[in-house]
Amino acid sequence: MLSGILIFNQKGENLIFRHLEPPSPVAILTLGSTTFSHVKHENIYLVAITKSNANAALVFEFLYRLIQLGRGYFAKFDEEAVKNNFVLVYELLDEIIDFGYPQNTETDTLKMYITTEGVKSERAPEDSAKITMQATGALSWRKADVKYRKNEAFVDVIEDVNLLMSATGAVLRADVTGQIIMRAYLSGTPECKFGLNDRLLLDHDGLQSLPSGNKLGTKATKAAAGSVTLEDCQFHQCVKLGKFDSDRIISFVPPDGEFELMRYRATENVNLPFKVHAIVNEVGKTKVEYSIGLKANFGSKLFATNVVVRIPTPLNTARITERCTQGKAKYEPSENHIVWKIGRFTGQSEFVLSAEADLTSMTNQKAWSRPPLSLSFSLLMFTSSGLLVRYLKVFEKSNYPSVKWVRYMTRAGSYEIRY
Amino acid sequence: MAMFLAYIPPDYGLQRMTIQGKVAELRAELNSGSKKDKNFTQKKIALKKIVANMTMSNNEMVSLFPDDMDDPNPLVRALALRTMSYVHVREFVEATVPLVKRLLRDADPYVRKTAAYCVAKLYDHDKLMVEQSDLIDRLNQLLRDDNPTVVASALASLMDIWERSETIKLTLDYSNASKMVAILPDCSEWGQTYILEALMSYVPQESGEATLLAERIAPRLSHSNSAVVLTCIRVILYLMNYIADEKQISALCRKLSPPLVTLLAKGSEVQYLALRNALLILQRRPDVLRNDIRVFFCKYNDPIYVKVTKLELIFMLANEKNIDEVLTELREYATEVDVHFVRKAVRAIGKLAIKIEPAARRCINLLLELVSTKVPYIVQEATVVIRNIFRKYPNQYESIIGVLCEHLDSLDEPEAKAAMVWVIGQYADRIENSDALLEDFLYSFAEEPVEVQLALLTATVKLFIQRPTKGQDLVPRVLKWATEETDNPDLRDRAYMYWRLLSTDVNLAKQIVMGEKPPITAESEKLDPQTLEEMCLNVGTLATIYLKPVQTVFRSARPRRLADSPALQKHSLPTSQNLPTFDANKSLSMFGMGGQPAVVRPGNNAAAANPASGGVAGTPDNENMAGAVSDADAYFAGVGSQRMAAMGIHDDGFGGGTGNEAGYVVNQFAPQQVLQPAQGLGSNGDLLML
Repeated sequence: MLSGILIFNQKGENLIFRHLEPPSPVAILTLGSTTFSHVKHENIYLVAITKSNANAALVFEFLYRLIQLGRGYFAKFDEEAVKNNFVLVYELLDEIIDFGYPQNTETDTLKMYITTEGVKSERAPEDSAKITMQATGALSWRKADVKYRKNEAFVDVIEDVNLLMSATGAVLRADVTGQIIMRAYLSGTPECKFGLNDRLLLDHDGLQSLPSGNKLGTKATKAAAGSVTLEDCQFHQCVKLGKFDSDRIISFVPPDGEFELMRYRATENVNLPFKVHAIVNEVGKTKVEYSIGLKANFGSKLFATNVVVRIPTPLNTARITERCTQGKAKYEPSENHIVWKIGRFTGQSEFVLSAEADLTSMTNQKAWSRPPLSLSFSLLMFTSSGLLVRYLKVFEKSNYPSVKWVRYMTRAGSYEIRY
Repeated sequence: MAMFLAYIPPDYGLQRMTIQGKVAELRAELNSGSKKDKNFTQKKIALKKIVANMTMSNNEMVSLFPDDMDDPNPLVRALALRTMSYVHVREFVEATVPLVKRLLRDADPYVRKTAAYCVAKLYDHDKLMVEQSDLIDRLNQLLRDDNPTVVASALASLMDIWERSETIKLTLDYSNASKMVAILPDCSEWGQTYILEALMSYVPQESGEATLLAERIAPRLSHSNSAVVLTCIRVILYLMNYIADEKQISALCRKLSPPLVTLLAKGSEVQYLALRNALLILQRRPDVLRNDIRVFFCKYNDPIYVKVTKLELIFMLANEKNIDEVLTELREYATEVDVHFVRKAVRAIGKLAIKIEPAARRCINLLLELVSTKVPYIVQEATVVIRNIFRKYPNQYESIIGVLCEHLDSLDEPEAKAAMVWVIGQYADRIENSDALLEDFLYSFAEEPVEVQLALLTATVKLFIQRPTKGQDLVPRVLKWATEETDNPDLRDRAYMYWRLLSTDVNLAKQIVMGEKPPITAESEKLDPQTLEEMCLNVGTLATIYLKPVQTVFRSARPRRLADSPALQKHSLPTSQNLPTFDANKSLSMFGMGGQPAVVRPGNNAAAANPASGGVAGTPDNENMAGAVSDADAYFAGVGSQRMAAMGIHDDGFGGGTGNEAGYVVNQFAPQQVLQPAQGLGSNGDLLML
C-alpha cells in the first residue's frame, strides 16, 4: 500500500514526511514505478508515495480524509496549522495509517485518544478498553456515552443544480447532486430511520421484483403526487446498506454532531429555479451587445439570495456600458466578465441587464471563444429535484422525545448558459 | 553532552553484564520521575539517552520495549508494538517475533489488529524468518476472530504478504468468501476495501455462486467512500466472468453505471480515476454507461485532464442516435481556449466521421465550418483528420479538397503538411493545379522533416503516374534530391525503389503506388484482449490511470490472470475475435500500437465442456434471487467461526498456481507447441483465430 505521506507548502518546502516503510535498499529510487499522488488543499500539497500498483481510489480517498481530519482538529488545515502542530500531525499519521494501510479515520473517535496530552499507562485500563472497542468496533464512528439534555436533530437538504444550456435554449444537461447533512445531538445509541419521497425506482430491472415489492408499490403510488426518482445514492458508512438494498429503508446509528448522511443524484424532472435568456451580438469587430433576461421560476413567496451572474466579455474589451433593472452590475477587467449581483430575488420576478462592450482593435483578430455565462445563487426552502424528507424517526432504549428540524436549500452548482 | 556520555559500544562479550546494567539504569532513570520534576526534564534527558543509543546502533535498547507490552493499558501495548516493529534493525526484528506471537492473542481487539499488521511488517523485514516461524499460521487463525476489524486487518496483512512473495498462494473457497461478505457491513470503510480486495482471490466454481456473491456485495456500490465503490465494481466485473446467465450479467451491468457516474461529483482526482476506469470498463462491458453520454459533457471549469478523458468517453459512447447532440457539443469544445483540448476535439470529430458512417457528412460539414475560422491549429488538425476521412471513404468527399487548398499557407506542422501533401498526391488528377501546389511545397524540400519529405516523394510519384506530362519535370528532381542529397536511409531507399519501379514498368508502378489501401477504422486505441483482461482485474488501481499493462508500469507487480474454473465463461472473454481486429497498417493510432499481440486459444475441448457447466450451476431464478441473497446472509451469519479455519494462505513450495493459470491465453510470441496441445491446425505456425 502506501509507502509514505508528504505534506508540502506552495514553495515546495517539505513540512511533513512520514515514511512508512524501511528505506529502500537501493539508494536510487526508480521514478518509473514510484508513484506520487497529490491533492492540494489551502496552501499545502498532500502527497502519497506508493511503490506498487496501489488502489488509487483508496489513496485519494485517504488524502481527502486526511484533510477532513485536519480540519476537524485544527479548524483550518493549512501551512500554519501543520507547522504549529508537527507533533500532533505525526501522531495522527501514526494512528490512522499502519504500514501503509489506512485505519480508523473518524475524527470523533480519534479525538478521544490522539491528543496533545499523551497516553499514560496509569490511566484506568477500562477507559482505554472503551477507546479500543470504539476504534475497532462496528460503531467506530460513535462514542458510547453521549448525553444531551435536549435531544435534537437537524437535517439540511442541500442541492446543487447543474445546468448546461445551449445557445438555442435546449437543455443539454440538467441534473441535481444533493447532499443531506445531519447534525445529530442525540443521547445514547439512537437508531434512526429516515424516509424520503423517493419513487423507489433506483432499480427498475427484473431483479428487484422482491417479495416485498407489492407493499412498496402501494407506498410509492400513495406518494406519487410528489415523488422523485433518484438516479443513485451514496451513504455515510453508518447507514446499513444491506437494509437499504433489500427494502429501501435508510436506517443508521448516527455519529455525534455533524456528518454527511447521504449524497444523491437526480436527473429527471429537474426544476430549474432560474430561466436565462441571453442575446449576445457581435456587431462588427469593435462592439458586442448584450441583453440578458433573468426570470425566477419559483413561487412568489420564496426569494433567492446572493444571485450573481457572470457575463463573459472578449479579451480586448476596452469599455463597458451597462444598465440593469435590479441589483448592481460591474465590469471586472481582470476576470474578463461583467458581474451582475442581485442580493434578493423574489420568486416570479424578472430582471434585465443590457450592456455594450467596446473593443479595441487588434492586429491579430482572433475569434472570441464565447465562454458560457454562469450563474450562482442560493434559494431556501426549495429543492430542484422535488425531494422531501417524509420522516425521521429516532429509537432509543430510554425512549426520550426528540425534536427534528428540516431545512432545504438549492444552490447553483455549475449553472452555465451558452449563447 | 549527556547524549554522548550515555553511548555504550556494542556488545563485546564480557561487557554484556555492564550493558544489561546500563539498560536497567536507563530504565530506572526513565521511571524515576519524581513529583518535583514538573517539566519532565529528567525524563526527557533519559529519553534522549535512549534515542542516542538507538541511533548509534546499540541494539541492546531493544530490551526496553517488552515492559510496555505488558502494560495494562491496551493503547500503550499497541503503541509499543507498533513502534518497535517499525525499527528496521535485526535485533529489534528478532525480538519482536515472540512479542507479536503473544499479542496476536491479546484480549484487546485493538492490540490484535496492530499485531496482525506487524506480521506483514516482519515479513517485509525478513521473509525467511517469518516463513520458518508459525506466524502466518497464527495470522490465519486471526481470520476466525469475533471482531470484524481484526479479521479485515488480518486479511490485509495476508494480502500484503501474498503480494510480496512468489511462493505463497492465497486460496479462498466459497464458504470462506461468503463468510467474509457477511462481515462486510460491520467493518470500517477501509476494512471493507481490504475484504473486497481479498475477494479477488476467490475463484467461483459454479455460475450460481458467482451470481449470489455479486448480488450480496452490490449494496456496497452505495458507499460514500470511492475506494469501496471502485473495489466493489472490480469484484463484480471479475465475478461476471464466471456467470453464465446473460440476464444476470446485464442486470449487474445496469447496477454499475449509476455509482460510476456519481463518482464524478467527487474531487477532481477521483473524477479522473473514475473516468479512466469508465474507459476501461466500456471496452469490456459496453452495456455499462450506454445511455449516459450526457453526464460526460465537459463543464467549462473542469481541469484539463478531466476534460480530455471525458472527450475520449464521448467518442466511445457516440453512436448513430446521439451523434447530432455529440457534434453540437464538440463544436463548443472546438472554440475553447485551451489549444490542446481544442485539437483533441477536432480530432474526435474526424474520428467520428470514420466510426459512424451515416454521420460522416455531418462531421465533415462541421470540420469545414471549423476550418473557416482560420485558426491555424484548428485548420491543421482538421487537415490531418480529413486525410483519414478520404482514406476511409475514397471518392466520396473530394469536393472539399478545394476548401483545404485555400488554407495551405497556415500549415506549419509536419503532420498537417504531410497530410495535405498526401491529399494532393492521391488526388493529383482532380486538382487542377496539383503540380503547382506540389512545387510550392518542394521549394523547401531540403529543410522539411523526414515525415514531410517522405510524403512529398510519394506524392510526386503519384502525380507523375496520374498525369505524366505534369509530373515529368518534378519526378527526376525529387528523386535526385532524395537519393543524392539526403542522409536519411529510409528516404533514400524509398526513392531508389520508386526510381527502379518507374524505370522498369510504369503500369506495374501504377498498380503498386495507386493500389487499394487497407481500410482503416477508428477503434485502434482499444486495448488488446490480454491487457484488457488484466486491467479489468485491477480496476481502481494506479495502472488504470495509465491504461497500460501493469508490469510495464510496476515491474515488481504480481501478474493477475483470470483463474480457470468450470464456471469460467470462456466464450464471452475478450479475444481478438469479438474485439475489433488489430491491423498494423492503420494510421489512426495515436499511441503507435502497431503489432498487437494476438491471442490464441487452445483446443475446443474446454469450450465444449462449458455449456454444460452453466446448467449444473443451477442459477437461481430472478424471483428467487433476492430471497437467496438474504438466506445466504442469514446462513453465513450463523456459521460458526470454526468454519473460517479452512481459509487462508498456504505455503505450497514453488510456483504455486502457475500450472493452471497459463492455460488459456497465450501470447503469440510464446513457443507454439506450448500453447495448443489440442489444436491440430497450426501447421504453418500462423496465428489461429478460433
